[in-house]
Formats: sequence, structure tokens, C-alpha cells
Amino acid sequence: MEQNVIMNPDGTQEYFVNMGPQHPSTHGVLRLVLTLDGEIIEKVEPHLGYIHRSIEKMCEKDNYRQIIHLTDRMDYLSAHMNNHAVCLAIENGLDVEVPERAVVIRVIMDELTRISSHTLWWGVMGMDLGAITSFLYGFRDHEHITEIFEETCGARLTMNYNVPGGVMFDLHPNFVEKTKAFIADFKKKLPEYDTLLSNNVIFLERTKGVGILTKEMAVSYGVTGPAGRASGFSCDVRKHEPYSAYPNVDFNEILYTEGDTFHRYKARIDEMWESIKIIEQLIDVIPEGDFQAKTRNVIKLPKGEFYQKVETARGELGVFIVSDGKMNPYRMKFRSPGFSNLSALDEMARGGKIADLVATMSTLDLVVPDIDR
Amino acid sequence: MTNEEFITIIRNWFPDVEIPEEDSQFLNVFVPKEKILEVAQKLRNDEVTKLDYMFNLTCVDWPEHFQMIYHLKSSEHGHMLVLKVKLENKENPEIETLCHLYRTAELHEREVYDLFGIKFINHPDLRRLLLEDDWIGHPLRKDYVDEINIVSL
Repeated sequence: MEQNVIMNPDGTQEYFVNMGPQHPSTHGVLRLVLTLDGEIIEKVEPHLGYIHRSIEKMCEKDNYRQIIHLTDRMDYLSAHMNNHAVCLAIENGLDVEVPERAVVIRVIMDELTRISSHTLWWGVMGMDLGAITSFLYGFRDHEHITEIFEETCGARLTMNYNVPGGVMFDLHPNFVEKTKAFIADFKKKLPEYDTLLSNNVIFLERTKGVGILTKEMAVSYGVTGPAGRASGFSCDVRKHEPYSAYPNVDFNEILYTEGDTFHRYKARIDEMWESIKIIEQLIDVIPEGDFQAKTRNVIKLPKGEFYQKVETARGELGVFIVSDGKMNPYRMKFRSPGFSNLSALDEMARGGKIADLVATMSTLDLVVPDIDR
Repeated sequence: MTNEEFITIIRNWFPDVEIPEEDSQFLNVFVPKEKILEVAQKLRNDEVTKLDYMFNLTCVDWPEHFQMIYHLKSSEHGHMLVLKVKLENKENPEIETLCHLYRTAELHEREVYDLFGIKFINHPDLRRLLLEDDWIGHPLRKDYVDEINIVSL
């Protein structure tokens, strides 16, 4: 303990505290070294790598079809979007036309994933602040979506449903009906979220004006997704660099300017409404036809670089492939949203209390496998 | 701003950058190693270009050299550009840090240092990020050998 203490000129003492790697509010094995003066945070230093699996190195040995399932394991709550990003990058390189049916299926799946990720985040966020009820509510709705996924994809968490050229199987006959039922049900459930947390005085006290991130800092740190948009950084990839069926659907980009914990929370709640809107527009007009374009068994991308951005539940995921014309990539880089979002945590938490850090970290919605890769 | 306008404006500011004419996704700008900070600073701060959002920073290990790749975007104008820097010295690769311009570069550069062994000059806190401090070697280099954990096919 002696070594951990630094004397400040005005007589107070600075000391270090380890938060994590085994801490319930870090949602995984993330270790933060906090420099504290009393209860005030002076510095937050993340220590990463507890579940680094060197996915990028593995990609260099694997062929393109084998890579896709690895990306499920990065941000496991956005598995569909991660697969989608890799598939789009490969399709760009191959110049494959994806059938309309697959394009629409992919977008519906992406938006369902976004809702399921956000419901889980909402439940966990409440729990981080001491409200166990929200955790149960969040998982209740999350479970319905996983059941829909299970029927069509055969898996609940790591779906591995996208393949280059389309999707792996056609939709399950129950899919449309079940999704519609879920949406109708969820539209009644979502206002409950507001009753339970958004309008709760204790919750508002804990979150309003806490962990502020300015727009300049959000841009500089590359904070994207709902966290960036709550600071006024217009960064929705679905709007700015639309892919798949997004140019044809009508939805709003949620933007706030306050940049505090509450508005990061609000942005995600609003985003769920937008996702509902997107699914409702598409669920009745899924085109008939093939669900997969014919591609060669062994995929070889031409020499060059391919970059694909996708909006996952956490922000902008970038897939960067450097190809030298062989059947495996020369270099593959994943720009994961969690990694950049985490880097801004120090900026947000400085000057606040440890309890505020927990609230701030919750609204960043960190998924550690996504950060470590 | 279109790519043609970018080419004119960048050639005007920095005559010694190389902009190859190729059919690529983004406009690639090859910058000499010594100039990277100056070029990035101008591109970030000038009102016309205002490339203030670095959405990716990475490195590629080519047989003859390392290549640093910076993907930049303007949050205001929406245009994008890629800066590329060749690091000829494979034994002791060094480059000026950009983390004073882009805060996101701080962690990204630490990752590159960890996995590629590129030294970033003036980086405030250049330590390994993902691996342990006493790890030997830099795993994303092509010549990295680990007979126990990497099974070559």
C-alpha cells in the first residue's frame, strides 16, 4: 500500500485502485487502473489483453469463408453485423451481386440484433446502477429475439448466418410471423423501459450531467455509435455511407448535443424505436427469389485493399482487408467500435466519482472481446 | 471535396507527396516518413480539408518495408482520405506519433507498437497494450515464429 501513495502539494494523497479484471460492472475481463484523490478520479488507465485471441493473426492463415465465423466472437452481441461487414468487404472485392432477398434479410437480422443488444445493455445498465428489475425485463425481451434467431440460424448467440453472396439458409417459415408478433409485443414493452428507468428520479440524478464528452473530443477519440451521437457527432454509417438495404428505408439518425450519460442512454432507447421502424418497413416486403448468389468454393480476392464500414450496436465497425491475390488475406484489421469508445473513458470519468465511472462505462456499452479481439 | 480537388490542393501544399493514379476505394496519399506530422496537421486543421476523424490506424508488414496506414475522414464535410507511410528500416522502424492531433491514435499506436514493434516518437506512453510486458517479439510481423501456439498448415 505504501508504494501506491503519492502526496499532493495540498496535503491530500493520490492512490491507485485496480478496478477489474474481475469486476461486475466492467462486463468482462477489463482492468482499469484508477488514480484517485479521495473519491475523485484523476486518471483512468485501461489495461487490455485478458481475452486477446489474436483474431487478426488467425485471419492471415484462414481462407475468407473461415474468417466470417471468427468475427461472431468479437462483439458477440452484434454477431450479425460483424458477419455482415466481412461479407460486404469480400463481396466488394469479388464484385458479386447479392440477391435482393438476402439484402433485405440481412438488414432485418441486423436490426433485430441491434434491438437485442440494446435490450441487454438496458438491463445491465440498470443493474450496474443497482436496479435488478431492469435486468430481468431486459433479458425477457432479449430472449424473444434469440428464439427467432435460433429458428432461422440454428444458433442463439454466434449465428454465423451471413456468407459471401448472401445468407446461409432461407428464412424459417415462422420467421415473418414471429418477428411481427415480437415487434407488436415489444412496442408495448418499450414504454415500460421509460417508466422503470428513464423517468426514475434516482436514475436521473445518477446520470444527468455525468461523464460529459464534448463533440470535439468525441470526434478526436473516434467515439462512434450511440455514444458519439449523444455528443452531437453525426456518425451513423447507415446514413452517411449506406450499405445493403439502408438507402431504401426511412429512419432517423438520433442526435443529441449534451453528451452526458443520460443522453447516451436516451440515444439507445430512441435507436430501438428506429430499429422497430426499419423492421416494420421491410418485414412485409421481403422479396422472393434466391437467398444466396453463386460464389466459388475457394474465394480469392484481387490484389488491393478493401475497407467496409458497418454500424453495429456499439458504433462503427471497420473491416480492412489487404489482399495479395491469394486465398487468405495478407493482412486483416478490425477497427472495433469498443476499442475507440474505451479510449475516451479517461476523458469522461476524470473529475467524477467512482460511482459515476460505473454509470459512464455502462453507457459506453463495452464488450471486452470486441476491444481485445 | 472530390478526389481531383484533393489531388490539386495537396500537390499544391506538399510537392513531395506521391499520389498514384489508381482505381482504389479511397484516395491514397503516400507521404515521406519525415513529413507525416506536418501533412496530417495541415489536413486536420485547414478549414477546406478538415480531416478531423481518424477512423482507422494500422500497419502492414510487407517483405521489404512496413507501411503505416491512416484512414481519415472529415466529420463536417464527409470526405475521406488515406495517408500511407513507408518505413524502410525493418530493423528499427520509427515514425512520429499522431496522438497529439488525434486522441484515438494513442491506443491504436500502442497496439501497433505491441503487435508490429513500430516505435512512435514522442508518444506519451508507449508500452505494450494487449500482450504482457515481458513478451518477446511482435506477433503480427510475418517473420514471427511461435512453434507452440501457431500451427502452420
